[in-house]
Amino acid sequence: MFTRRSAALAAAILLSSPALLGGASAADKPTDPQIAHIAYTAGVIDINAAKQAQKKAKNKDVKAFAEDMLRDHEAVNKQALALVKKLNVTPEDNDTSRTLSKQASDKLAELDKLDGAAFDRAYVANEVAYHKAVNGALESQLIPSASNAELKSLLQTGLKIFQGHQQHAEHVAAELK
Amino acid sequence: MPGRVCSTAMAVVFATMVVPACAATVQITMENLEISPNDASAKVGDTVEWINKDVFAHTATAGSGDFDMNLPAKKSGTTVVKKAGTVEYYCRFHPNMKARLKVVP
Ligand SMILES: [Cu+2]
Repeated sequence: MFTRRSAALAAAILLSSPALLGGASAADKPTDPQIAHIAYTAGVIDINAAKQAQKKAKNKDVKAFAEDMLRDHEAVNKQALALVKKLNVTPEDNDTSRTLSKQASDKLAELDKLDGAAFDRAYVANEVAYHKAVNGALESQLIPSASNAELKSLLQTGLKIFQGHQQHAEHVAAELK
Repeated sequence: MPGRVCSTAMAVVFATMVVPACAATVQITMENLEISPNDASAKVGDTVEWINKDVFAHTATAGSGDFDMNLPAKKSGTTVVKKAGTVEYYCRFHPNMKARLKVVP
């Protein structure tokens, strides 16, 4: 399936390119300001996807799922903003954030062409793949690289939330079949 | 957790009902997407107080359909358990949050 393939590609980019995370520098570990930016961007992407789904989705479970995503990711990002303010860290844009944003806007455009049940299925399939990719990045790169304990702990909560969303999305996807 | 304390008020309220007058309250907390205690037990007629300490909304949804409690962020709610048995429950929003409640007669 096309959606699955492009999502797998996104995951591959996210997971297998330490160079992306370090930008032009030789370091393959993202810094805390970069990690904060990536995590925040990942939340914004899912918020935008949810807003599109609220306008376009037909199925009531899909609509409810989009509402849950909006609520949770806004709550996580609000905590992230409070934390960077407290730690006096300025989130720093980087290649991973830019790649994620570019892929997300392509996906929004692709989904925008779909309607009704086709949109519902494609949105939910992408939510499964997207959460899976972000979970992989959190586990293998972002959490181990975070040096500030509070940032690490927020990312760990974020991981549990994202894992929950992935399972929730899988349930909704199964219902749509 | 406090034991089974019967307040006079409760005894008066419950005296006319089938609910045992000495019903206790069992607290179950959701924090950082974890449910504790993960294995809780209560007696039929007890009240379960669900405490959501997260900034996220959760639910306590029984697989059996016995209860489906909505718990908005930082809110708590109560359910009176009416049936003996072990109930597996989860959060509808985050199905990775799972726990068990054992209800004894
Ligand atoms: Cu939950």
